Amino acid sequence: MVPLSAYLVLAAILFAVGAVGAATRRNALIIFMSIEIMLNAVNLTFVAFSRFLQTIDGQIFVFFVMTVAAAEVAVGLAIIIALYRIKETVNVDELMAMKW
Amino acid sequence: MELSLFLVFGLVAVVSAVVVVVQRNPIYSALALIGTLFCVAGLFVLLRAEFVAAIQVIVYAGAIMVLFLFVIMLLDLRREEGRRFAPGRAQLVCGVAGAGVLLLLLVVLAGNATIAPARGSLTPETLSRLGNTQVIGALLFTDYLFPFEVTSVVLLVAIVGAIVLARRERG
Repeated sequence: MVPLSAYLVLAAILFAVGAVGAATRRNALIIFMSIEIMLNAVNLTFVAFSRFLQTIDGQIFVFFVMTVAAAEVAVGLAIIIALYRIKETVNVDELMAMKW
Repeated sequence: MELSLFLVFGLVAVVSAVVVVVQRNPIYSALALIGTLFCVAGLFVLLRAEFVAAIQVIVYAGAIMVLFLFVIMLLDLRREEGRRFAPGRAQLVCGVAGAGVLLLLLVVLAGNATIAPARGSLTPETLSRLGNTQVIGALLFTDYLFPFEVTSVVLLVAIVGAIVLARRERG
């Protein structure tokens, strides 16, 4: 029987890996993928708590998180494509149009 | 048995996540992310959340990652491949320090968490008797009906927005 804290620690490690990726990489697509890793870590936390608190509400929230993540990815990738058409790059260091 | 499966899935998920972050080529990162998603789906099955595991594979690994791969190949990032992942010194220090603090915080919190007593009455035996999908459906379409309908509007807005954003300008 795997204890709850094991799942939480694993989700924490995944979240930290995703956070480092989102903060360090310069490629917009890799940053996006790191955000997806963080979302998965959160989903894992939700489902683990749902199991150990013996309710189903955590899994329902995971359902909504996945739906919103799908919508976010669609719009985000459309933005990246539109930016690439203009700037010919996905390096976030060069996408500084809004900087003062 | 469950512990060994948990260790295998957890280890592969973390290693794949590290590959996503470290790899230069975004296609390899996307494939590693698919591996992570499958391992997390396996962990969901271990937690007796079969419905969530199924939609994780179908929606996340089957639709979202395919969309990622489409965009990566569409953008034809050959020029980006040559750019090495060579973070500057300050970037590296900040990244490692931030990750260290975050990891320490989360691990300490997670390891010392005193879990409140079980809030509901949905023991694993009841869950496996009623069926995971049935229980989710019973709650989703009664108590959580409004968020469910709002989610469909969110998806509609996302579709319209994505099409408008990615459309070629006319003339």
